[in-house]
Amino acid sequence: MKTAPGSRWIRPLLIGTGVTLTVLFLVIPLLLIFITAFSAGIGGLWRNLTDADMLHAIGMTLFVAGLTVPINLVFGTLIAWCVTRFTFPGRRLLLTLIDIPFAVSPIVAGLLYLLLYGSNGPFAGWLDQHDIQLMFAWPGLVMVTVFVSCPFVVRELVPLMSTLGTEQEEAAVLLGASGWRVFRDITLPNIRWALLYGVILTNAKAVGEFGAVSVVSGTIRGKTNTLPLHVELLQQDYNTAGAFIAAALLTLIAIATLVVKAFLQWKLERQY
Amino acid sequence: MTFYRSFTSKRVLPGFTISLGSSLFFISLVILLPLTGLIMQVSELSLAQYWQIITDERVVASYKVTLSAAAVATVINLLFGLLMAWILTRYRFPGRLLLDGLMDLPFALPTAVAGLTLAALLSTSGWLGQYLALWDIKVSYTWLGIVAAMIFTSIPFVVRTVQPVLEEFGPEYEEAAATLGSSPWQTFWRVIFPEIKPALLTGTALSFTRSIGEFGAVIFIAGNIPWQTEVTSLMIFVRLQEFDYAGASAIASVVLLASLLLLFIINGIQQRYQHITGGLR
Repeated sequence: MKTAPGSRWIRPLLIGTGVTLTVLFLVIPLLLIFITAFSAGIGGLWRNLTDADMLHAIGMTLFVAGLTVPINLVFGTLIAWCVTRFTFPGRRLLLTLIDIPFAVSPIVAGLLYLLLYGSNGPFAGWLDQHDIQLMFAWPGLVMVTVFVSCPFVVRELVPLMSTLGTEQEEAAVLLGASGWRVFRDITLPNIRWALLYGVILTNAKAVGEFGAVSVVSGTIRGKTNTLPLHVELLQQDYNTAGAFIAAALLTLIAIATLVVKAFLQWKLERQY
Repeated sequence: MTFYRSFTSKRVLPGFTISLGSSLFFISLVILLPLTGLIMQVSELSLAQYWQIITDERVVASYKVTLSAAAVATVINLLFGLLMAWILTRYRFPGRLLLDGLMDLPFALPTAVAGLTLAALLSTSGWLGQYLALWDIKVSYTWLGIVAAMIFTSIPFVVRTVQPVLEEFGPEYEEAAATLGSSPWQTFWRVIFPEIKPALLTGTALSFTRSIGEFGAVIFIAGNIPWQTEVTSLMIFVRLQEFDYAGASAIASVVLLASLLLLFIINGIQQRYQHITGGLR
């Protein structure tokens, strides 16, 4: 690239600064996680990984994410269909409302659910009568996780579906295809990468959520403990190696997320 | 009449009723209903009680800690984000794609992991903290630690909002400016900056919103000393552990109002500059 005289030093200076800061702030922390996790040796690693509470936390995390992702996938797709395929009054408001979970502090998110479904909330009597416990139990974990991660699928789908337009789908309808068939054969193949992208982001958020979950979980060992909460418990137990082993598991999921994300972005760029 | 007609007119594509119905159902149940729970709880307080809770000295101290740390973190992220967006779009160098991918790490990494790691890294015996200790700078368990956690968790916002705009804008304008004899500094302020300003504003506002609400990463590194390193989200958590639901709700309503206000500002910026930020909404 030809640039003005005297600016020759700018390029290496900027790249150098950017790379140095990234290494300091992002790469070194990553290395620290894995090195500390292995500091207890293979024996320690195995002992911590097969600990009953750790196994439970892993299971609970997968369970919560496994319920949250399909819920947000289905409703996210329906919302995106609604706001990109039809115009109606309040459409913009709907899009702003779905963004609220991104703006709300995770602690506030947890509190909102605790107030509504907890022992002092308006439904407390009814829930008690029917012997249903939502808060400090797994349903509460799923509810807040759905809240904090619901905007992702919508946000990925809306720009793409607006760009794609509705001509193909309208043609299919005119040719007599049913609604489901239009979605399955026309829309879905067009949006599958964006949909998968949204799912990956939803999953990352569902697996890693800490603040909202910590309010409604009560962090009962072996009962309502997720992996991020277990990181905190282990650290409070002064089991540094254990905490970093749990952290390393979460980091592996994060790195996998980034790799899949990069692949999907590449796919999407070719589609746009 | 137009309002009525827009609901009843014949639509070509199927699924309006079911998709609108389920959207409204989901948003009401998941987002709006819980919000009314908070409003109900807060409305049980008298105005004097409410005012007393939200202006409690310890809580006010937490506002100061949160806002000052978030402001510093946001300024640093603004500069860092601008730098990264620039080198990722304008220069080609080995490792660029890896660097690009790494920018998303703070979003993918759970906040608890970030907090745990930063606290260990920046403690006086940590990999980086030991060198800062030589200069008598303590980061972990101080206000600086909160800033570090906030920087980390909101790194991607500015990068990811400015990057697409710079990509779209292309280097032709800078080259033209340079050909016409403009210095790099002039080119930045007169040519590039006006074009990326809305995206920069959006990214900065998003970054600030995230920082004032951040909990997971902060509590691991803050030390959580009352009046000194307690953030407002933690104050809500402390009130909850005391089973003081009214107190927690009152403080939460302050945080919620602040973040909703920021959300509307961000949406406003995006709509106003739709042609530049490339918003499709």
